[in-house]
Amino acid sequence: MNIPLSITKNIHDWLFEVMSAPLATVVEKVLIAVAFLGFFALAGLLLVYMERRIAAFFQLRLGPNRVGPQGIFQTIADALKLVSKELTVTDKADQFLYNLAPYFVIVASLMALSVLPFSQEFHAFDINIGVFFLIAVSSIGVIGILLGGWSSNNKYALIGAMRSGLQTISYELSVGLSILTIVLLAGSLQISEIIAAQQEGGWFIIQGHIPAIIAFMIFMIAGTAETNRAPFDLIEAESELGAGFHTEYSGMKFAYFFLAEFINMFIIAAIGTILFFGGWLSPFGITESIPMLGIMWFLLKVLGLVFLMMWFRWTFPRLRVDQLLTLEWKYLLPINLFNIVLMAVIVWLGLTINF
Amino acid sequence: MSYFSDIYNGIKTLLTGMSVTGKYFFNARKEIITQQFPDNRDTLKMFDRFRGEVVMPHDENNEHRCTGCQKCELACPNGTIEIIWDRVVDEETGKKIKVIDKHIYHLSMCTMCGLCIEACPTDAIKWSQNFSNSSYDRTQLTKVLNKPGSKIMPGVKDKE
Repeated sequence: MNIPLSITKNIHDWLFEVMSAPLATVVEKVLIAVAFLGFFALAGLLLVYMERRIAAFFQLRLGPNRVGPQGIFQTIADALKLVSKELTVTDKADQFLYNLAPYFVIVASLMALSVLPFSQEFHAFDINIGVFFLIAVSSIGVIGILLGGWSSNNKYALIGAMRSGLQTISYELSVGLSILTIVLLAGSLQISEIIAAQQEGGWFIIQGHIPAIIAFMIFMIAGTAETNRAPFDLIEAESELGAGFHTEYSGMKFAYFFLAEFINMFIIAAIGTILFFGGWLSPFGITESIPMLGIMWFLLKVLGLVFLMMWFRWTFPRLRVDQLLTLEWKYLLPINLFNIVLMAVIVWLGLTINF
Repeated sequence: MSYFSDIYNGIKTLLTGMSVTGKYFFNARKEIITQQFPDNRDTLKMFDRFRGEVVMPHDENNEHRCTGCQKCELACPNGTIEIIWDRVVDEETGKKIKVIDKHIYHLSMCTMCGLCIEACPTDAIKWSQNFSNSSYDRTQLTKVLNKPGSKIMPGVKDKE
């Protein structure tokens, strides 16, 4: 396996000093996996808390503020409650698929998490097709949703799952094409090179001006649809389908779906940050001498985009199925195709803004 | 050509919506309407229309406005109000008039419909804005509204 690892060189060197090379490699991989699992759980819980607080402020409420200072331990308490609950199964459910489905969702979002660059050094898996890998992996999650809806033997779950499939097939196109617009500008699919290109010539949203801004808008719309969040939360439309595809799930399996939704939101925001806002780069290079601050800048930008998605959620009403398809096939897709041509012309004529 | 104007209008209305909710979000600190109830029990003030329980206001001379006409008792659909009254001779005119002895109000039977307050011809009873009226003992819910030793305010008369 030739995976370039650059997480904190000290740990790496120390591990190879104290044990033999094969053992050290295995230990290193396990350490990275544990770190990402920990990040997954922690970020999921924090994002749920953030969502609830922000939703409360939009509605002039206070939100959870009792457990711990300002209620930051509320979601941990909720998770503990879910762990202690019984895992129920419907009578005629397909047991194997029913139990398998949450893991598809979780594994897909964990795999996508692995290629994200948290800073220059904190980048677990920098493959040369990074962005392609991200798109490919982030759409695996929908298999879990389809399986979960199918195997619960419940009509609401099935309708929700089918809607999810339809939505992902449609909007995957727009996500892919808007990412392609930026790849034209970057000239590479490798995430570290995309960021290096932005280090030289400014963030892509400025560098690519008009087509980049159009691509960013399309990316945010399609990305929100990809994560199945309001206003595209047809798959769990409470007024029509109960809870949608996870109607029959309880306890920790429900929590997996719930956490994965928030991690997917984090991943979409992270892709947006990498492609349009320079990843871990600081604005105007003000903290370029301190590479560790890259983590802070990266998380700040990602949380900014996450906030934007939450803003969407608490503003816009849910779309109908036909409106969903009209938006994608009649508006986003043609605009996107035109936008790619525009970006190609701009790159060809060298009309990008560089400074 | 409505295709492009649709896109323009779509984006414009989306941004309008976001600016509305955005204003709410960024001013949320000042306008939060949540009451953190058990903590602010002492300072919490209910709004004027709140129906806590029926009370009979008394002035500083321990005088109320109830003539004992029993219209509230008749208006109440649940039998919440019981008035115990007597006839006494009025010193000025020498006629016999009704005087209340006890205006008994069973909060446990009250549905807060407000018909008694509408029926009262002399505005003797009104809503109070107190809250959290539950009790561990139902005898505490039976209240005598007129204070002990109180009299009717001079000049308040039944309409003949």
